[in-house]
Amino acid sequence: MRKVFIKELTRLNKKKKNIYLVINDLGYNVVEPFRDNYPKHFLNAGVSEQNMMGMSAGIASEQCHTFVYSIANFSTFRCAEQIRNDVDYHNLPVTIVSVGSGLGYGNLGYSHHALQDYALMRSFPNMLILSPGNNNELINSLDYIIKNPQPSYLRLDKDEILQSSDEKKILVRPGKLLKIINGSKNNAIITTGKTQEIAKSMIKGKYKDYSLYSLPAWGMKSKKIFFDSVRKFNNIVTIEDHFLDGGFGSWVNEVLINYKNNILVRNKYISSKSIYDVGSKDYLLKKYGPK
Amino acid sequence: MKKKFNNIIQNIRTNILNLTFKAKSSHIGSCLSIVEILVALYSGVLKKKDKFILSKGHAALALYSTLYEKKFISLKTLKSFGSNGTILMNHVSSKVNGVEFSTGSLGHGLPFGVGKAIKFKTNNQSNKVFVLMSDGEINEGTTWESLLFASHHKLNNLNIIIDYNKIQSMDFVKKVINVEPLISKFQSFGCNVFNVNGHSVNEIISFLKKKSPNKPKVLIANTIKGKGVSFMENNNLWHYKNPNQFELSKALKEIKKKYA
Repeated sequence: MRKVFIKELTRLNKKKKNIYLVINDLGYNVVEPFRDNYPKHFLNAGVSEQNMMGMSAGIASEQCHTFVYSIANFSTFRCAEQIRNDVDYHNLPVTIVSVGSGLGYGNLGYSHHALQDYALMRSFPNMLILSPGNNNELINSLDYIIKNPQPSYLRLDKDEILQSSDEKKILVRPGKLLKIINGSKNNAIITTGKTQEIAKSMIKGKYKDYSLYSLPAWGMKSKKIFFDSVRKFNNIVTIEDHFLDGGFGSWVNEVLINYKNNILVRNKYISSKSIYDVGSKDYLLKKYGPK
Repeated sequence: MKKKFNNIIQNIRTNILNLTFKAKSSHIGSCLSIVEILVALYSGVLKKKDKFILSKGHAALALYSTLYEKKFISLKTLKSFGSNGTILMNHVSSKVNGVEFSTGSLGHGLPFGVGKAIKFKTNNQSNKVFVLMSDGEINEGTTWESLLFASHHKLNNLNIIIDYNKIQSMDFVKKVINVEPLISKFQSFGCNVFNVNGHSVNEIISFLKKKSPNKPKVLIANTIKGKGVSFMENNNLWHYKNPNQFELSKALKEIKKKYA
C-alpha cells in the first residue's frame, strides 16, 4: 500500500500544490516519486519525531496539508503530545501516515508492531482514523481527506498487493460501512484495515451466514453515523489487527453501549499480551492474530 | 526625561499585577520577566505578515496585556481573565485574537515555529517567525531537535528569543540543570547568537532587526524574573504565589514610581 499511497499523493499534489511530505529518515525506495517531483515540499526531519510532528503542525498552519510518513509507533506514541496539543487541538490538516499495521513488520519485533495505535489516535476529538482494507479504499480515503483536510491518521498495511475485487469508485465517509461481501441482512462482520483479508476467509468458513463490511473511516466524531448504519443488524463481529483495549472493537462496543439496541457483538483482535517471540507476519498472525 | 516605552511597560505590568491578583493565578514572575521583549516585538519588530509564538505559555497574561495595548483585544476581554467561561486560558490560547498558537507544555513552540519558517522559506515568502522561550524550556529535547533542523536548512527567517531570567520552576537554572555555556551551545548548533539586555526595548529591537545570513538567530535576553517589583525580583516564590492585597498595593506603587 505504501507505493500506491506515494503514487496517489504525488498525483494529488499536481493539482493541490500545497501538500508537504515529511519523513523521519525512513521510506527508502518508497517516497522517492514525491521527493523527485516536489523536492521543496519533501522534508526529511531526521530521527526526531517530536520536532517532526510539531513542525508538521506549523507547516499545516500556513494553508498547507502535511503528510507525516513513518512506522506506526514513531509517528504516534513518540510524539503523542505534539499530536494532542499541536495537531488535534488546533484542528490542523496533518495526516499521520503509518506503515506496517498490526504485526506487519513481523520479525522486526515489538518496537515496530502497531498494536496500540488506534487506542492513542482515537482519543483525540478531531482525529479521523483512516484504515483502508484495500488499495481502492486507500485511494478513496485519500480523496476524502484531501477534500476534507483535518487531523487524520492513515494506517497502511506494509504489503502492496491488496487489490479489492471491485475497483469501482466507492465513497469513503466517516462512520459509513462499505459492503464487501453480500450475505445475511441481519448478521455482519465489520472489519477495518488489513484484517479485511482474514474476514473474507471467515465468511467462507464459520460465518457463512454473515455479510462482510469494511469501515475505513471512523473516529470520535462519527459514532452516531456509524450506529445509524448498523442498527439494523442482530449480530456483529468486529475484527482488527490491534489489541481489544482501546481498539476498533472497543470503539464499536462503546457505540453500542451508548445507543439503545439489541445487537449482540463479538470482538476478534490481537492477543492482549506483550509479544516476545518473532517470525514471519503469517506466523505471528496465526499465533497471536484474531481467532 | 520619560523614556519612550515607559507608558506601555507600566500599563502591561499594572495589568499583570491586577489580573493575577484578581484571578488568584500563578506565574507573575514569568510574566514580568518578558514585558520589554513583548513591547519590543509589538512596537518595533513584528510586521503584519510575521508570526510570533509564545512558547512559554505560562506567561500568557503578559501577552494578553500586550495584545490589549495593541488593540487586538478589548478591555472587557482582558478583564475576563480569571472568570468562568473566559477564553483567556492561563496558558496562552490561540482562540484569543492575535495569538498564533496555544502552548502550555514546554518545548512545543520552537518546532511549530520551525514548521512555519521552513514553509515560508520553501515558498520564497519573506515572512519572519519569532519564538519566545523560557530558560527552563532549554531542558526539552525538542529545543535541540528543532535547532539541528533549523540550522541544517539555514532558516535565517527564524528568530528565537530566550527569556534568560535564570530561574526555572523549582529553583535557579544552574541548580536544576545547568545550561551554561549557553552562547557557545547555540553557536555550536549553527545559530547566530546575540547576548542582550532583555529589559532594554531599544536593544532588543536593534538586535532583532539585524540580518542573520544563512543561520537562525538566537537572542539570549538577560532578564530578571519578577522585574519591576523589588520583592518579586529574582525569587522563584513568585513563579507560584499570587499577591495578597497588601503586596499588590506595594507592587503597584513601585511600578507607578518606576515608570512615571
